[in-house]
Amino acid sequence: MISFSRLWAVFRKEVWQLKRDRMTIGMIFGIPIIQILLFGYAINTDIRWIPTVVMDSASTQSSRNLISDLEASQVVKITGYVQTINEIEAQLRTGKVSIGLVIPADFERRLQQNDRAAAQLLVDGTDPIILASARQLTSLQRHQDTQKTQAPSTLFSVRHYYNPERRSAVNTIPGLIGVILTMTMVIFTSISLVREREKGNLELLINTPITSNELMLGKILPYIVIGFFQVTLILALGVWIFNVPIVGSLAEIYIVAMVFIAANLTLGLLFSTLAKTQLQALQMAIFIMLPSILLSGFMFPFSGMPVVAQWIAELLPLTHFERLIRGIMLRGASLSELLPELLALIGFMLITLWLASKRFHKRLD
Amino acid sequence: MNVEQVIQCRQLSRSFGSLQAVDHLNLSIPKQSIYGFLGPNGSGKSTTMRMLCGLLTPSSGQVEVLGLEIPRQAEQLKHQIGYMAQKFALYDDLTVAENLSFMAKAYNLPGKTQAQRIAETLSRYALQPLQKQMTGTLSGGQKQRLSLAAATLHKPKLLFLDEPTSGVDPQSRRNFWESLFELVNDGVTILVSTHYMDEAERCHGLAILDHGVKVADESPANLIAQIDASVFQIEGTSIMPLKHQLATSPEVLSMMQLGERLRVLLSKKIANPQDYLQRLLAPIDQSLRITPITASIEDVFVMATLHRQPMPPAEKSVTTNASHFQ
Repeated sequence: MISFSRLWAVFRKEVWQLKRDRMTIGMIFGIPIIQILLFGYAINTDIRWIPTVVMDSASTQSSRNLISDLEASQVVKITGYVQTINEIEAQLRTGKVSIGLVIPADFERRLQQNDRAAAQLLVDGTDPIILASARQLTSLQRHQDTQKTQAPSTLFSVRHYYNPERRSAVNTIPGLIGVILTMTMVIFTSISLVREREKGNLELLINTPITSNELMLGKILPYIVIGFFQVTLILALGVWIFNVPIVGSLAEIYIVAMVFIAANLTLGLLFSTLAKTQLQALQMAIFIMLPSILLSGFMFPFSGMPVVAQWIAELLPLTHFERLIRGIMLRGASLSELLPELLALIGFMLITLWLASKRFHKRLD
Repeated sequence: MNVEQVIQCRQLSRSFGSLQAVDHLNLSIPKQSIYGFLGPNGSGKSTTMRMLCGLLTPSSGQVEVLGLEIPRQAEQLKHQIGYMAQKFALYDDLTVAENLSFMAKAYNLPGKTQAQRIAETLSRYALQPLQKQMTGTLSGGQKQRLSLAAATLHKPKLLFLDEPTSGVDPQSRRNFWESLFELVNDGVTILVSTHYMDEAERCHGLAILDHGVKVADESPANLIAQIDASVFQIEGTSIMPLKHQLATSPEVLSMMQLGERLRVLLSKKIANPQDYLQRLLAPIDQSLRITPITASIEDVFVMATLHRQPMPPAEKSVTTNASHFQ
């Protein structure tokens, strides 16, 4: 029983208002571009060029070999040479370097003896990712160690599927689609009804024959179109700048993204019916944003989280979207294989839309 | 009763927590007339209006508007009524034409008649030159014209206007009221709330509300004729001593200073009011001039709200020369 005329009235009004809201237009296109460039480059879990200071007390051929081998690994970047441990510690403390390489004066003898470590790495352990990278360096060192005496024994050989070059961007960009859509879409609709109320437009609006459903749909539809453009923009930037592969079907990526956008918009609408002011609505949007980013698997692997966190994560649309988008985009999974995730998103959307429609009354009391 | 009643409500009440905003209100508003609600802020004018068009649920009582039971059939009513909220409620970031176009679609005006109705309305309310202007930049009077235009675009049978002229200049107010009479001439019934006395006097029927209670309901002319007080104008050399002397009498119900004159409402209990005043004031002022004058709607309002709101004796009756109440 939806009147197309009234739905069109709301839709067109939203577009007119949006057209004049330069700031929001800027955000629609600015947020994806800035975030994708920022995070595409910055979120990098395979660490390279960790600033490292060296104290080479041996100053022999083998010690120089060790230093150049370390640098050749690209994990560290030698920023300077010092004479004392104190100087290394000072640089670690101030954060100038994250690793200090100490080569003792008896380096040659230690190399021969094999019972004691030949050299020492002083590592800033506050960042676990850097610590893990430094630990990898020790295997390199042992490798160097044993080179002279015996051939290195390989226990495992690791083969990488889907991301042979081990680039973080490949994992980050599809995840970013979800994060950016969550950030923009929830905010758009969460303030939309509250703004009408704050500006006094709602009293007129609820005195027209426009129904709750027409109002909700009319407010969601323009942003679905905008979301479509945002997804296209992020995909284009991801492919052109970061060479992210699109292994699966592009159509399926869009289907999944549209459902996810709708789920975020309906969640925003629900916030809008709960909030009394635009500020409250924004706070609710932020309240959902942080757990989405931290628990959805975008930042940390889902399997590493405690069970309770996993339960919470299952309630967030972003969790399901991350699984869908990474599956389709990077591993070439088909939508039919990931159907439960898609159904979870559709369910979330329907429940929030129903709740929002139920909460919104065409009355002032 | 041979005149069709557009709005009827019985024992209509609404409370917000412990505040009784509207208290057992009975109304009967005839077709094709301007019916006014007069009362100070907080007297329940807006609350009543909102209940009548289904925006607020009554705590108790029955409402029937255009033959529909409210709030049960409020959605059906929305097609037939126009509403102008107290606060400007159209979109500031749309142009004048866009706002009207939005309203036309919101009320399902058929495509063909839409453009025609908008053009008609624009010219009727002198908005044509402003069509492309952003609504937020309009003056108070222009905004008010646009609000009325938007509320009447779909030719409603009944108009609810909640303090439509507050903050609008006198000339715009006069023009606005001319438009209202034109609408009534077209067959529209208008319910308007105001706190301007001159506007109240222009209504066909007038209900005076005070603290949610209807204290008077008649045509303004009848209200003035039936006023329960004698009205006098008093002039003298010095006003202040006269005021102090008048304040001592329990029979003086109200006085208002207008420049160097006093307007005094005297209880009807006094058989010969002019003599009474002469005797009371002669010792104070020798050059006293006491003239009986006809009551105004403001006198009616003062009398109607007197019993409900007894003022402290010290401040009794000293009102300033203001034509409306804030």
